[in-house]
Amino acid sequence: MFTGPQIAELLEQLGVTHVVTVPDSTIGPWQAAIEQRERTRLVRVCREGEAWEVAAGLHLGGASPLVMIQCTGLFESGDAIRNVLHDWKLPVFAIIGYRSYLNQDTLPGDTCLVFTEPVLDAWKIDYHILTKPEQFGSIAEHFSACRAASTPGAIIVAEGGA
Amino acid sequence: MPEKDALVAIHGARGPRDVVITTMCAARDWMTLPQQPLDLVFVPSAMGHATSVGLGLALAQPDRRVIVCNGDGSMLMNLGSLVSIAGAGARNLVVALFDNGVYEVTGSQPTPAPGCVDFAAIARGAGFESVFEFSHLESWQTNVHRTLTCPGPTFIWLRVEPAVGVPGPRSPGPAGERARRFRDALRS
Repeated sequence: MFTGPQIAELLEQLGVTHVVTVPDSTIGPWQAAIEQRERTRLVRVCREGEAWEVAAGLHLGGASPLVMIQCTGLFESGDAIRNVLHDWKLPVFAIIGYRSYLNQDTLPGDTCLVFTEPVLDAWKIDYHILTKPEQFGSIAEHFSACRAASTPGAIIVAEGGA
Repeated sequence: MPEKDALVAIHGARGPRDVVITTMCAARDWMTLPQQPLDLVFVPSAMGHATSVGLGLALAQPDRRVIVCNGDGSMLMNLGSLVSIAGAGARNLVVALFDNGVYEVTGSQPTPAPGCVDFAAIARGAGFESVFEFSHLESWQTNVHRTLTCPGPTFIWLRVEPAVGVPGPRSPGPAGERARRFRDALRS
């Protein structure tokens, strides 16, 4: 739906200093473009729970991080999200891929469609789901609103298959 | 060696600009020592994630040394973080592992393979630049300054005795407020 250069340029414009990430087949290809930016650094981690806590450390240290993961990794991240967003009250923002939202060709009956939004609601994350390229501007709008309010938030990017 | 004595050695060797992150038993014992604004007592924590917070801090503050005092139970929950640390090239990060072979804060139940895990080999294999191991307090006390100033990322494996029957750490205050104070301390 979005290209790597589009996302990379936007994140740099928004002042994101570090993108902490585990890839999937949609957001993973964005990495190359992010790595080419001068003011945004890519930080690869092994598992998504790590991403939130690395972002927490970056935020405590004065940086402006963003977590970029798939919804499957959101499910893995529960304890870290609870700790970072609700114990330590750090306003970490995330871009999360929503697997199988646009089609279920590779994973018919994908349970990501059952659990993603309830899990986001359970963790009290203020999120916007983007389903069309024309909604690109919503990323900056929601990011900026969350930053101004110093609250966590997420953009959920609808994906096709796994 | 007694785990608190091993921790006291780090307390005495840390520099005034160093960040020290403690969790679980290390946090409990650290809070009995004189505190500094750049101490981050990671209580409440997410399971095993002190090393990940340390990585973020090390990347955000490359001119400071960041020392993470971690337990073996916590380390086993987040072994991948060692690969993330090495991959990110966090040369200012020190992971001090207090290995007592048990989940001490829950009543000293054994970790999955106590005494069998070669944490030094894991750290080397993950790509840590400097790796040390100590079983005797005198040797650790003698070498603590040297190990903390080696090229990082640095991994220090400390074999310690569990403190039997001692309660786990209690949060020293609301985490959100402590986060604000910590950020202010980093800026000053």
